[in-house]
Amino acid sequence: MTGVRRNSCDVAVIGAGMAGMAAALFAVERGLSCIQIGSGGGILFASGLLDLLAVHPVAERCLWQSPYTALDALAGEQPDHPLARVAPVSIRAAFESFVTALASAGLAYAPLGERNRSVLTSIGTVKTTYGVPVTMVAGADALDGRARCLLVDFRGLREFSAHQIAATLADRWPELRHQRIDFPGFETVPELYAVHLARALETVETRERTIALIRPLVGDARAVGLPAVLGLERSREVHAAFEAGLGVPVFEIPTMPTSVPGLRLLGALEAAVSSHGVRRRHQASVRALTYDGNMETATLDLEGVPGGERVTARAVVLATGRFSGRGLAADRGYVRESILGLPVHQPASREAWHKRDFLDPSGHAINRAGLRVDDAWRPLDTDGKPAWPRLFAVGSILAHQDWMRSKCGSGLAIATAWAAVEQVAHRLGATAAG
Amino acid sequence: MNSPSLIQTQVLIIGGGVTGTALARDLALRGVDCILVEKDDINAGASGRNHGLLHSGARYVAGDREAAMECRAEGEILKRVAAQTIQDTGGYFVAVQGDDERYIADFPSYCARSGISARAVDVATARALEPAISERTIAVFEVPDAAIDPFRLSLESMAQASSLGARLMRRSRVVGFEREGRRIRAVRVLSLGGGTEVRIEAAQVVNASGAWAREVALLADAPIAMTYSKGTLLVTHTRLAHRVVNRLRRPGNADIMMPGGTVSIVGTTSTRVDTLDDVHPTTVEADLIVEEAARMLPTLATTRFIRAYAGVRPLLGSAGAADSRAVSRGFALFDHEDQGLDNLATITGGKLTTCRLMAERAADLVCRRLGVTRPCLTATTPLPVSPECEWTAPGHSAREWIRSHRPDDTLLCECEMVPGSAVDAIYAALRSAGDTPTLTDIGLRSRVGKGACQGGFCAVRTVAHLYQRGDFQARRGLGEILDFFGERWRGQHAVLWGEQLAQAELMEALHCGLFGEELRGAKPLADPTADAADAVSR
Ligand SMILES: Cc1cc2nc3c(=O)[nH]c(=O)nc-3n(C[C@H](O)[C@H](O)[C@H](O)COP(=O)(O)OP(=O)(O)OC[C@H]3O[C@@H](n4cnc5c(N)ncnc54)[C@H](O)[C@@H]3O)c2cc1C
Ligand SMILES: Cc1cc2nc3c(=O)[nH]c(=O)nc-3n(C[C@H](O)[C@H](O)[C@H](O)COP(=O)(O)OP(=O)(O)OC[C@H]3O[C@@H](n4cnc5c(N)ncnc54)[C@H](O)[C@@H]3O)c2cc1C
Repeated sequence: MTGVRRNSCDVAVIGAGMAGMAAALFAVERGLSCIQIGSGGGILFASGLLDLLAVHPVAERCLWQSPYTALDALAGEQPDHPLARVAPVSIRAAFESFVTALASAGLAYAPLGERNRSVLTSIGTVKTTYGVPVTMVAGADALDGRARCLLVDFRGLREFSAHQIAATLADRWPELRHQRIDFPGFETVPELYAVHLARALETVETRERTIALIRPLVGDARAVGLPAVLGLERSREVHAAFEAGLGVPVFEIPTMPTSVPGLRLLGALEAAVSSHGVRRRHQASVRALTYDGNMETATLDLEGVPGGERVTARAVVLATGRFSGRGLAADRGYVRESILGLPVHQPASREAWHKRDFLDPSGHAINRAGLRVDDAWRPLDTDGKPAWPRLFAVGSILAHQDWMRSKCGSGLAIATAWAAVEQVAHRLGATAAG
Repeated sequence: MNSPSLIQTQVLIIGGGVTGTALARDLALRGVDCILVEKDDINAGASGRNHGLLHSGARYVAGDREAAMECRAEGEILKRVAAQTIQDTGGYFVAVQGDDERYIADFPSYCARSGISARAVDVATARALEPAISERTIAVFEVPDAAIDPFRLSLESMAQASSLGARLMRRSRVVGFEREGRRIRAVRVLSLGGGTEVRIEAAQVVNASGAWAREVALLADAPIAMTYSKGTLLVTHTRLAHRVVNRLRRPGNADIMMPGGTVSIVGTTSTRVDTLDDVHPTTVEADLIVEEAARMLPTLATTRFIRAYAGVRPLLGSAGAADSRAVSRGFALFDHEDQGLDNLATITGGKLTTCRLMAERAADLVCRRLGVTRPCLTATTPLPVSPECEWTAPGHSAREWIRSHRPDDTLLCECEMVPGSAVDAIYAALRSAGDTPTLTDIGLRSRVGKGACQGGFCAVRTVAHLYQRGDFQARRGLGEILDFFGERWRGQHAVLWGEQLAQAELMEALHCGLFGEELRGAKPLADPTADAADAVSR
């Protein structure tokens, strides 16, 4: 076949969700050349909050203050859980590296400590998470101390009601007030979108007018909370201007997906991997993967690239996610892995996939389905051996975890990416092409 | 202890399905004062869990000629007097290779004998008009089937009855009867909201509680013989045919695909069940429907389903019959006089299609007993359109919103295009009836939660809207989101594969992964470092 582009690299990362981004980043940081294939994944839907581990055991709905103590408990009780198989020291290193890269791309996180933080959500629940963007951290502080606090929202931003949050928390946080204002320049627009507001606040004039509307409402409030619309790429600057203009700490509360923090996170990760030299194929997907005769390299057949492309890689990281990411696919009877048809650990029949009660404390069995891997993060074939010596799997596609219930989505992605890339580097050894 | 408060009326109707609401309207039009008590909400029973087929009668021509003729006559009446609730799509009866040739050959004469028009359609023409039907089709007949919106029918019937003085008590369950000689002196009703009990004294009591009629009659020591048959239905993501498509054979599983506005509804099954508790669709039934219906409509093998639901049919007659389809689906009116009661009647069985007639028969009995001589008016009096009842129709919301788009109106549901003004209208109507409306009540009266997200997004937006209007207070919203979404989930889990599984996963990522709704009331932090400040997270 002529005309098909050919490229090669040390490691091909399939997937551009949280896990794929982390893997690509860590790979180039270790000096491996990397091509990454895939589009945004679940990042766009995320909140900007980086969970590590908050709930364990899931069925008992136990919340943990320290993610590392929780990881200890997890390792003792569920040694199969992917997070239980990564050393805490690696998890710390992985998170540090991840947030450092984000900071260099303009998205700053509060220093990571030993403790989880509690933050407000837009429906008035309290979320336990780990990595908190600086634009949100004053909210965690205010919540801890239940400080006198003002929540402001904008008429027309449909899924965000400050009244709802304050009313829902009233019995536990009585000092939470709320106010609704018109967003300057959008007074006659019936439906506001967070992204448009975020863009608008990047202009000094709109920002000043908004601050001027809020200032008289602050009163004795020690902090002011807003829906997460404080700028897109320039969130630090917008946030700082609000704090200066209002004279109190200001914090954002993530809105319903697709939210501005999700967009920021996606934007920052894309910028970070690109600036690290990852070659991104963000419109493409992998149609097929084959190994060459002597099993030294893998060839990825891409679609969605004009004219097509073949990527030859010495190692492959599969970070294709679950059902919504497309890494797993289910028909009425069976769950398959989408690209290679790798065996998927799963319940015996569809009847066992889901509980009839959505909130059943033990969660839905289907969410623990996924790929099983060996100690080196290589997915196992039907014979229980690695499918290919240098094929690795990371992130939510892995079996034996339920990130949605454990609140460990980002942690799972970042930690397993780190651990798998360590193995990739080790196996490719000094021969990395650089 | 306070004695329960007392309410008096001429007729007490038990059950707010299509039969009970039609009866309330019928009596109200005759000038009879009545109260309808419903343990849950309008159409909470079979009336909200059926196929929505306004039967031409053709399905019953071979097995039950009487039912066929009843359907034909009633279908014609409803098309005249309740046109706003009906989409007169017409229907096909389709036979595929392997179906009983004898039945196919006899079908036109069976129909003729019941006065039902059945026109043979050339297979190629039929497939051009309805491309979803199989290329293995061997015969097609066109009959006057139609689609009916049972929610709108019941809501508008009740709305008219109310406007004439009838009272509706939702979330009010009949828990007992006080008998005195041959009469029921009072009916004890438990209000499920406040847990309070009221006594209702009525000259006549009508048990229109559908499949629950046996339980209710038993409370009055007036047993009736009844068995239950559960039927499951599946809802597709998009509409796959314009017309009703029936399998041309003796009634069996998964014979019918109904158009339901923007979707199609496929079913049903028929399984004997012993109790009315915990009726839900199963994965086995979903598979059976897909596999069987795909013989007539092959596209169903790969189509996306967004929901499943199950209802129970009361079957009157022999409990021993092997096939529940063979037991009569006609209706029965019991006067209970041979059981020593002169002021109780039970009307049950039948169909959505025949609910008006059932109400007429029950009302005739009640009026005779009351000495009321005014005739039934429902066969000729058009059912008035009630604006707050229009939102159940798929597509209506979108049209209405675009037509009257007010600058301050916003869309709360983007799949089904439900504007804030619709929610406001529904809320106000319930409020003016003295009720405290819930998100679930709004869902029943609108398309909120009916689209692909099954409430995942729109429930959250609607709750925010209700807080903003000051309708919701305190922590109520979260509980309502969970109730509503939980109910939607129960209808979803049996069809979660393919694309809908990915959608459901996204919704769980939102509600559990991000919002942590399942942690409501969760345990304290487990690790020793936990401190008092964390109490706020519960
Ligand atoms: C609604 C929502 C809320 C969330 N909230 C939080 C939160 O509060 N805190 C938190 O820490 N995390 C949150 N997350 C993010 C979550 O942590 C991650 O989405 C999750 O860990 C899954 O990440 P992943 O990278 O494994 O998979 P995905 O994000 O699903 O990514 C899979 C990737 O694989 C690609 N892919 C699949 N098949 C192919 C193919 N054949 N070829 C090429 N590419 C392919 C896809 O394009 C995609 O890029 C949230 C996510 C969602 C959806
Ligand atoms: C799967 C299925 C598909 C069907 N498809 C069709 C079709 O396509 N076309 C058609 O014409 N017919 C169809 N039917 C039949 C039709 O749905 C029913 O005949 C009709 O809805 C019965 O209405 P009803 O008002 O008599 O009973 P229901 O709708 O069951 O109403 C009874 C009401 O009584 C209430 N109640 C019960 N106990 C008490 C109590 N103690 N106190 C107060 N209230 C109480 C219940 O909550 C309920 O709302 C179908 C039925 C099923 C199950």
